Amino acid sequence: MEGAIFIVERRGDVLWVFMRWARRDLRGALSLSFLLALVALAASASWVTPYSPTAQDLNAMMAPISSRHWLGTDDLGRDTLSRLIAGGGASLYASFLAVFIAIAIGVPVGLVAGYIGGWIDEVISRVIDSFLSFPAIVLAIAVTGALGIGLTNGMISVGIVFAPQLARLVRARTLVVRRELYVDSARCLGATTIHILRRHILPNAIQPVIVQVTLLLAAALLAEASLSFLGLGIQPPEASWGAMLARAYQNMELDPTQMYPPGLAILLTALAFNTLGESLRITLDPTSTTWR
Amino acid sequence: MSSHRKSLIVVRRLLQAGPVIVLATLIVFALLKLVPGDVAVTLAGDNASDARIAEIRHLYGLDRPFIVQYAAWLWRAAHGDLSASLISREPVLISILRCFPHTLLIVALALAMAITVGIPLGVAAAARAGARIDGAVMTVASLGVAVPNFWLGMLLVTLFALDLNWLPATGAVALGESVRGAFIHAFLPACALAAGGIAEVTRQLRASLVEILSSPQVRTLHMKGLSPAKIMWRHGLKNVSVNLLTVIGLLFNRMLAATVVVEAVFAIPGMGSLIVNAAIHRDFPVVQGVVFAMVMVVVLLNLATDILYTVLDPRIA
Repeated sequence: MEGAIFIVERRGDVLWVFMRWARRDLRGALSLSFLLALVALAASASWVTPYSPTAQDLNAMMAPISSRHWLGTDDLGRDTLSRLIAGGGASLYASFLAVFIAIAIGVPVGLVAGYIGGWIDEVISRVIDSFLSFPAIVLAIAVTGALGIGLTNGMISVGIVFAPQLARLVRARTLVVRRELYVDSARCLGATTIHILRRHILPNAIQPVIVQVTLLLAAALLAEASLSFLGLGIQPPEASWGAMLARAYQNMELDPTQMYPPGLAILLTALAFNTLGESLRITLDPTSTTWR
Repeated sequence: MSSHRKSLIVVRRLLQAGPVIVLATLIVFALLKLVPGDVAVTLAGDNASDARIAEIRHLYGLDRPFIVQYAAWLWRAAHGDLSASLISREPVLISILRCFPHTLLIVALALAMAITVGIPLGVAAAARAGARIDGAVMTVASLGVAVPNFWLGMLLVTLFALDLNWLPATGAVALGESVRGAFIHAFLPACALAAGGIAEVTRQLRASLVEILSSPQVRTLHMKGLSPAKIMWRHGLKNVSVNLLTVIGLLFNRMLAATVVVEAVFAIPGMGSLIVNAAIHRDFPVVQGVVFAMVMVVVLLNLATDILYTVLDPRIA
């Protein structure tokens, strides 16, 4: 049923569909617009930043907000707005990387566990349980302690920690879907397991994953900020929102205003991801009638 | 009869925890495999003497097969020997025993705040679902979930410590030294940590309460003439209390992770500072020891919640 609705919508004018959605669910539409604008801004960072994000101007250190520096400068005279835009790119890249890895591991593992069942499911479920016992950031810190410090290393391990959450979700959905009549008939017609998983199980098990992925993007953004804040993520002089907060923390007593731009950026972006996840949950769930 | 089945379920939960503990320790040990190059040379650092490298090689038994290394390490860990820091030479268990109380105090305080503030907010929102108070509470809660807690910590320090001078900005006092001092130092970090927890408890409680309160059985109670307050307490909260227990169990795990960063903001010598410093200096035994201790605490606490859940829930009988 829902599939049909989406096909009809895809034929219509994208803008018109978006406007109709916005009238029904303003928060969701605003969140999506905000995130798309952010991605566009980050992608075109090298053209739109007024200054180089790493260029130091020692004549304008900790400058206040002015027409030359819209958000002021940091303790090395670097333009805060430029660093905010460039840092947004790094933060978003890190979040998408972690969630991509979580999907790449979690979805196939969950499908296999749920569809095949038996002792394979039992083993996979215990592995999922053990990974879920690790406090996410702690394992990421430990992995950077082993692999060496770097944003990519850290975010890969965040992705690995998130993967079991998706795997558990997909497994639970697969257990339900595999009993459906159309799966049985596909099997009777001689479809291979791979074909059934790809064409019949996955499309019907993916709904909760889409919602969870949006929520995980917010969690990954916070994880990146934490790792970079601790000095285990992105390395100076490169900017990310977490690294900017680390810098602001060191100068907290001299210039507390430095902590507002990156902190608010993280807050708003995480809020947008969460709000979008919530509206997707309601939009995709056919049984839900309440808004919120 | 029913108590017999309950104890069977409890035994099954205990048996399931066994493999999880073994797998978790295996993951902790396997972290060693991620160290690039010759493990002993990398961990010994630059300009290390041959004797030092040989010592690390001996510590992990690197010339033996992986499974033997793991078994030897697990055997020692089970006996409380988590080996010693490569830098300070202090036994890791001693460092953990010194640092864990600071972390636990903050997490416990934050958890207490999350429960005492989150439950009334969740009940208030659910009782007036759709009304203005519901909207206000849920908006604040969505902010609480999205706010980076260490940034909140920085805001709290700036306001309450640097500007108003009401509370100390950094540091920690052990409970054994001064109970008052310990709580005063733990208050701001716990607030920073609690924001997400309060929001989480509020949202989950509201969601499950709204679901129960809109069920046909509750509609019948309304028609029977039972007062809304009685319905809320006797039929609403009693039904969701088991859910709530699960939420709080998960919250503990999440706070244990979040405290790592909050500790850095408040310069608290807890588990977070221990593992972050160790990770930066590649002090691998300390990294492993901290992860091991935290995972054990989480696994055992989850097990305890699971068992409590089984015992409390009358539907499992």
